[in-house]
Amino acid sequence: MERVIDVQHLSKTFGTNEVLKDIDFSVNKGEVVSIIGSSGSGKSTLLRCINLLEKPTSGKIIYNGKNILDHAHDIYAYRTKLGMVFQQFNLFNNHDVLSNCTVGQIKVLKRSKEEAEEIALKYLKNVGMEKYIHAKPKQLSGGQKQRVAIARALSMEPDVMLFDEPTSALDPEMVGEVLKVMKELAESGLTMIVVTHEMGFAKEVSDRVIFMDKGVIAEEGTPEEIFNSPKQERTKEFLYRILKEV
Amino acid sequence: MSFKTIVDIFLNNWPMFLRGAGMTLFISIIGTIVGLIIGLCVGIIRTIPIPERGPKRTLLLVINKILSIYIEFFRGTPMIVQSMVIFYGTAQAFGVQMNRVFAALLIVSINTGAYMSEIVRGGIVSIDKGQFEAAQAIGMTHLQTMTNVVMPQVIRNILPATGNEFVINVKDTSVLNVISVTELFFQTKSIAGATFKFFEPYFITSIIYLIMTITITRILRSIERRMDGPANFIMAGNQMQVERPEDIVRKKQGQ
Repeated sequence: MERVIDVQHLSKTFGTNEVLKDIDFSVNKGEVVSIIGSSGSGKSTLLRCINLLEKPTSGKIIYNGKNILDHAHDIYAYRTKLGMVFQQFNLFNNHDVLSNCTVGQIKVLKRSKEEAEEIALKYLKNVGMEKYIHAKPKQLSGGQKQRVAIARALSMEPDVMLFDEPTSALDPEMVGEVLKVMKELAESGLTMIVVTHEMGFAKEVSDRVIFMDKGVIAEEGTPEEIFNSPKQERTKEFLYRILKEV
Repeated sequence: MSFKTIVDIFLNNWPMFLRGAGMTLFISIIGTIVGLIIGLCVGIIRTIPIPERGPKRTLLLVINKILSIYIEFFRGTPMIVQSMVIFYGTAQAFGVQMNRVFAALLIVSINTGAYMSEIVRGGIVSIDKGQFEAAQAIGMTHLQTMTNVVMPQVIRNILPATGNEFVINVKDTSVLNVISVTELFFQTKSIAGATFKFFEPYFITSIIYLIMTITITRILRSIERRMDGPANFIMAGNQMQVERPEDIVRKKQGQ
């Protein structure tokens, strides 16, 4: 299988705090990988290191056979190949829904306005937000914002989509609409890395689940392996705690 | 003192009042606009993320230091003193002969610029970090992030503070009378000197200042409202209008 992103020996320290310790991790084309783990285990930091919102302290990130952390590499071009969806949506407050999805295409990918709007509309339709193209972010509900944010990332037509706890800031009744969109994306064959607390989603949709604990990948496997027969004691403990709450 | 003397003095001297008010408005408008531009540039430069190492780091640190000296100096000294130093002081010490109006514009602009720099910096710092991150995540450079995402929001947010500066400038240009710029206060002083009356001319002048400041406040308020846009949005393709979203986009492009 073709590897899209290959992370090797990745470490990240904040001051003296070692958040990621020697992580090895890769994603294949078309694969949906869920990263689970308790707060502070480093899963969001890993995701943010992958698109260089956090600068890794050491290690390599191989994309298309090249190490992105080489100084010579154009990180701006690399970032356009990764779509990022944030926990707090982060829609551009000064743009309406349509132009949230077109501004990156026009300014970064240098597409024409017409082409950008056509592409944006296609993805806004996919997430069911095409009726709201004139709305400003503050006029939308949380679930709607997150669906627009997904469309914005998709409009750049990235190779990989990164989701950083996309449903954690949502009201419970809005979680469903966002997960439904993500499930459809996964089924369409998009490569996805999802940091999530939604165990149901991780179990049902992902091809592979990664459990992180204290800055290392503690266990990795198919959803069946992780959820039904975890090998590590700490995985069992975490799942027991999480599933008890539900 | 009677209502009649006020009217008389105004009728006899209205061209002077008017010219004075015109000069005051001219200096404060140009001063505020140039000051805003200075403030935007300085504020943007001061918020450029400083790299961990390299020559760019040294350069930025030096520039930041110079800019903060500029801000401290012009915020920390009275404009009346700055006027004396810049107009008479430089003339005597270095033989620089400046046009009075030019000197006035220069003083008001760099003074406003110092205040606006801090207002703009505050505006940039107050923008949610998520806005920067989202822009970076779709591949924007720092400059693209600033021009397309951050600064439009900053400008909206600093409008009230800019209005404040404008109103302050209208009033504070009166200190420029010390370098004999023929603004409203200077003209009033002349009228008062010629008529030996103090209450009436200054009363008229205070009314003129008030009219100017209130008008400016109103105008800026309406600009703010226009920038905020309508409170509601139109649903694309609902029952009221059978257009599909594609049609609306096409129509917008046709314009």
